[in-house]
Amino acid sequence: MRAVLQPHRLGLIGLALALAVWAAVSLRWDWIPRYAALGAEGLWRTAWLLVLSTLIGFALAVPLGLAQAAGPRVLALPARWFCTLIRGTPLLLQIWLIYYGLGSLFPQYPWIRHSDLWPILRQAWPYALLALSLSYAGYEGEVMRGAFKAVPHGQLEAARAYGLSRLAVFRRIWLPQALARVLPTLGGETVLQLKSTPLVATITVIEIYAVASRVRQDTFIIYEPLILLALVYLVFAGLIVLAFRWLERRFARGLG
Amino acid sequence: MKKILVTASALALMAGSAMADPLRVGIAAEPYPPFSSPDSSGQWVGWEIDIIHAVCAAAEVDCEITPTAWDGIIPALVSGRIDVIMASMTITADRLQTIDFSNPYYNTPVVVVAQKDMGMAATPEGLAGHVLGVQVSTIFQDYAQHYFEGETEIRTYQTQDEANQDLASGRIDATLADSLAMDPFLASDAGSCCVSLGPVAMDEAILGRGIGAGVRKGDTATLEAINRGIAAILENGTYDEITSRYFATSIYGG
Amino acid sequence: MLDWLFQVWPGLDASAALLSLSPPGWGGNLLRGAVNSLIIALGAFGLGCMIGTAGALGKLGGGPVTRDLLAVYTTVVRAVPELILILLLYYAGTDLLNQALGALGYRPVQISGLAAGIGVLGVVQGAYATEVLRGAIQAVPRGQIEAARAYGMSAVQVFRRVTVPAMLPLALPGLSNLWLIATKDTALLAIVGFSELTLETRQAASSTRAYFTFFLAAGALYLIMTLVSTRVFAWIEARYRRGQAGARA
Repeated sequence: MRAVLQPHRLGLIGLALALAVWAAVSLRWDWIPRYAALGAEGLWRTAWLLVLSTLIGFALAVPLGLAQAAGPRVLALPARWFCTLIRGTPLLLQIWLIYYGLGSLFPQYPWIRHSDLWPILRQAWPYALLALSLSYAGYEGEVMRGAFKAVPHGQLEAARAYGLSRLAVFRRIWLPQALARVLPTLGGETVLQLKSTPLVATITVIEIYAVASRVRQDTFIIYEPLILLALVYLVFAGLIVLAFRWLERRFARGLG
Repeated sequence: MKKILVTASALALMAGSAMADPLRVGIAAEPYPPFSSPDSSGQWVGWEIDIIHAVCAAAEVDCEITPTAWDGIIPALVSGRIDVIMASMTITADRLQTIDFSNPYYNTPVVVVAQKDMGMAATPEGLAGHVLGVQVSTIFQDYAQHYFEGETEIRTYQTQDEANQDLASGRIDATLADSLAMDPFLASDAGSCCVSLGPVAMDEAILGRGIGAGVRKGDTATLEAINRGIAAILENGTYDEITSRYFATSIYGG
Repeated sequence: MLDWLFQVWPGLDASAALLSLSPPGWGGNLLRGAVNSLIIALGAFGLGCMIGTAGALGKLGGGPVTRDLLAVYTTVVRAVPELILILLLYYAGTDLLNQALGALGYRPVQISGLAAGIGVLGVVQGAYATEVLRGAIQAVPRGQIEAARAYGMSAVQVFRRVTVPAMLPLALPGLSNLWLIATKDTALLAIVGFSELTLETRQAASSTRAYFTFFLAAGALYLIMTLVSTRVFAWIEARYRRGQAGARA
């Protein structure tokens, strides 16, 4: 509380409040009620795209990291290539390659359209989820490689000497230690992942960014929806940071 | 490092200030044949590009074609990034609240193009239960949202070209678009999937009164120049000459 | 020499024709886009480093108000998607600049897409660079700076002769990462219609319907940029670290 009560900070807060009041009064917000329902839907879609893609991406990142840190060359090399490829090209390009590239194959293979999977394949979200997951896997695979390597080798050898199986060593010692190391990094990376989600709006997925775009197009209001959207992402990012802090604390307790 | 900094800032400055002041004509940065599309040498070509050059020449103004994202083209005009929009934009009452329009320079019916043999029709009932793709912030999107939303799933694309691709891939069942702009697609290999179902029922409030050039509100000098140019090329035959290179019949009246 | 490749991959000659550098191939367009991307990335990175240096110094040595404002800047930029910042700055930036110029009695200026792109991405890069450089400057042992002060150097001299050389090796990994982000972030300008590599690729792909050919070619171009710059940065880092035993920590 002391930090907030410094005079210059009170001044800045006053300024921010004044700015907020000015924005509330003189900018146009009358469109909000009309688009509230659509906005909630978009928010929900952004949220589950983020959560699912980080979960799937992380599930892929663990083997990718392990293969690079300790795997045989036949596994380590492809894993390294994959990470380099994902990290070396823009996500937007990956998204378009996956959505429009794969889409351009459908007319050549008519059986795809008659398969049971077609009702899912013709929607846009599976491609968005795939692209976002692969991207997260690529970046976090690299992070996990470092984390696995950073766990002192002696610990693993000691555990083996105690007669623990390879799997048990991995599950009980190697992975938790590596995880504890990467959690702070992962928090930052997940915020970056959040910042990537609006790109899927370009392949017709209607998440919160796309809803804001629709408002802009319907009403010809240029800046207000973007400002509100920026606030939404700020709050979202804040929630992610809090969630990871909580996770870190729980994890630290579990390890200790 | 320091050298990089200096070069970069010099570059940024040059790019900012060393420009003369031609009229920046915004076109949509997407292939929209036969009106405007990029060719493999990096030039923009098409009927509308030729018309822009002819109008500017007739009005004796210097023009610079400025590709801009379609969904940001009105903000680009309002915020002064471009001075004119000539991107097959229909004159509608909604848009007139934000920008001004020149006299129309062409007109074309709005049609539904759909997969063959699915028994669809260009009516709300005929499209019920199907997926319709439209380009974002177009009269087609407005029309679809007004007449078809609910019964029909509507997907919005950044460009019409992307909607056409998804029509070819089968991800959408139909698209609502400009008839003349759909002809090249229907004539192509990819378009063999599909057929035009003809125009939708007219609603002038949404579908507007032909296509005009957009200018900032109050920018009468530009508006007059464009109108002067359009009138001149209509009168001296340039308009018909250009049209005959791309279309079999006149597209002025629609 | 590459004949066997054409034989095992039947579509390859068609792809090669599409990618040829002179029309009717679209390779020239792709390369032009790549050059645009590189120019923007270089400009944005340079601008970002300048903003970052000023920001880092402000965060470390500025008054309380400066520090709070800089905290707001870095927090907002690092939490809000680049795409939204680009849209906001791309349109509002031009608008505000011209309104300010108008208020001061100057004529409005036309800002090219290139300059706007550099400006927008530079502001984004600046926020990350602020953090990278702040960390690096903080890691310079205080004793070194105090010693330089004791020798009678001015603050500017200390910064140029002691702080910068001592912190650069520490900042280089972060800066190299930022540069890679800059090259990839240029792709976002495709969404505002700036013809950099990704948009050129998109247009070539949809004009020819050869999606895989062009997207893969563009991917390869980006990858080359990334791999080459990683090498360059590794080389610079190796050079700077030479004879700086203390910086290894």
